Amino acid sequence: MNQPVVEFQRVSKSYVRGEQEISVLKDFSLSIPQGQFLAIMGPSGSGKTTILNLVAGLDRPTQGTIHAAGIAVSQQGETDLARWRARHIGFVFQFYNLIPVLTAAENVELPLLLSKLARRERFKHVQAALGLVGLSDRIHHYPRQLSGGQEQRVGIARAIVSDPTILLADEPTGNLDRTAAQAIMALLTRLHQELNKTILMVTHDPHAADYAQEILHFDKGKVR
Amino acid sequence: MKLLLAYSVRNVWVRGSTTALTIGGLALVSLILLAVLMLGNGLNRALIESGSPDNVLLLRKGATTEIASGIYRDQAHVVRSLAGIAQTSGRKPLAIPELVVLISLTKNGADTPANVVVRGTQPEAFMLRPQVRLIAGRAWQQGTTEVVIGEQIAKRFLLGGIGSHLRVGKREWHVVGIAEAQGTAFESEIWGDVDQLMASYGRDSYSSLTLRLPAPSAFQPIEDAIGSDTRLLLQVKRERDYYREKSVTMATFIRLLGFTFTLIFAFGAILGGTMTMYGAVASRTREIGMLRALGFLPRQILAVFLVESLMLGALASLLAIGGGTALQFVTLSTMNFSTFSELAFRLTLTPVSVLITMGFTLGISMVGGIPPAIWAARLPVTAALHTPGR
Repeated sequence: MNQPVVEFQRVSKSYVRGEQEISVLKDFSLSIPQGQFLAIMGPSGSGKTTILNLVAGLDRPTQGTIHAAGIAVSQQGETDLARWRARHIGFVFQFYNLIPVLTAAENVELPLLLSKLARRERFKHVQAALGLVGLSDRIHHYPRQLSGGQEQRVGIARAIVSDPTILLADEPTGNLDRTAAQAIMALLTRLHQELNKTILMVTHDPHAADYAQEILHFDKGKVR
Repeated sequence: MKLLLAYSVRNVWVRGSTTALTIGGLALVSLILLAVLMLGNGLNRALIESGSPDNVLLLRKGATTEIASGIYRDQAHVVRSLAGIAQTSGRKPLAIPELVVLISLTKNGADTPANVVVRGTQPEAFMLRPQVRLIAGRAWQQGTTEVVIGEQIAKRFLLGGIGSHLRVGKREWHVVGIAEAQGTAFESEIWGDVDQLMASYGRDSYSSLTLRLPAPSAFQPIEDAIGSDTRLLLQVKRERDYYREKSVTMATFIRLLGFTFTLIFAFGAILGGTMTMYGAVASRTREIGMLRALGFLPRQILAVFLVESLMLGALASLLAIGGGTALQFVTLSTMNFSTFSELAFRLTLTPVSVLITMGFTLGISMVGGIPPAIWAARLPVTAALHTPGR
């Protein structure tokens, strides 16, 4: 068994809304080994996305500790976390979150701006990432010139361009038709199988979840 | 970070109409400031630069203007005999007694007449004030009632130019030349023979005497010599100081008024810029969340939005300076409160006023951009990522 790359130890998370405290995670523990492709399913508000946010250090647990890619995420400062995220975390978003005024290549290059790579090196990485997702011929296209599926592939290229330790995918097929969704899931599976990427994917879509090695069903802050 | 700069530039570009309106507003405010500075520069040039550092003006003690001053012929002779005065090529002292009177002329296109300075002087006045230069016709001949008119008088009062006539005192005078004076107050004067002008007004004293020093440093001996001669009772001023004193009240008034309006408008422009940048942040909340999720630091997000604000400011300042360049062709006239005569001057653009305008525009765009930029940098990432829209 591989070493866990993500580990939740008795993590609880609650939000205060007005005078009401809303509990999202309750005493939750989880261990994800390196190279695992895990799908997290559950109804809206069940705490799926919170898990991704906690792994990436975008949110902090109310209780418990989280280790990911070699650090105790829940105990780091903002600046250290941002630098760690740039190195170890790749994000795939439901709505792609591409910057419309930048080309596909420029969008993919964004995470590399946080590295020390020279411009020429960065461009090589960008070409490789876009090649991997099958968009070498769309390198200078703007997002508006791409289909939804192509936009998401650019989003995936952006997520993998810095060769992160963990790939976090939040409803990656949620905004795509069936054919495009299948192509995206096939791509994520390839990344997992060929590059041994650890992937945590949150999804509503059981067809998408079927591509994962393991599925975690989540409800009201707990694993069912 | 070329890419982040490109991101800012392109975002400014894609918000075309909002950007144009914000830049337009900022540019207008900056143009007001620039116009005020140009007014000040124009007045400075018309008044202060009328004086030469080598020239010394003598007035009766207690007189504050040439109009209110009087110097008798024998006093003028005493002064001209003093040592330490520059000489003409004919070895005559370059010290010219002058009579200054006001006449009433009707300005072209106006119903009410305005006062115009007539300076009775000598042909050597062109040596004393080398910035005054004939651009048409010739100088007056001594002992005649011929006059040379300043360029602004030719443009605003005596449109007939050379050959036209005007009444000064008891006599009819004939225009024989037109002079320009590099934008100084002499362009708003009429020059003729001093003795003829005195006769025309039945005057037996001059208004002032202007002499040229061999060097600006020779001022003190002349001042001492005149001050110690009990026959003279004259005050000695550097010509430039005299004109500076005359311009202080008017320039201060115009500047105060202008700066007050600029401040009020600047407040509006800052609000406009702030709203534009708040709009820019609001429409890109999810982008900001994404950048933060990728690992960009709050200060980098802050920099992106400040650069955008500064870009708006830079474009606005260029527009304002373009407008200022066009304003250089505008000539204004005002009442010179110390002589109660018409004074025409051109709005003058200087490198300093350009730099002040650029600094001001960048400053107000920066001030306007700071609150939205801070807001953008502090957006909670998880909430920003789930914001509807772009």
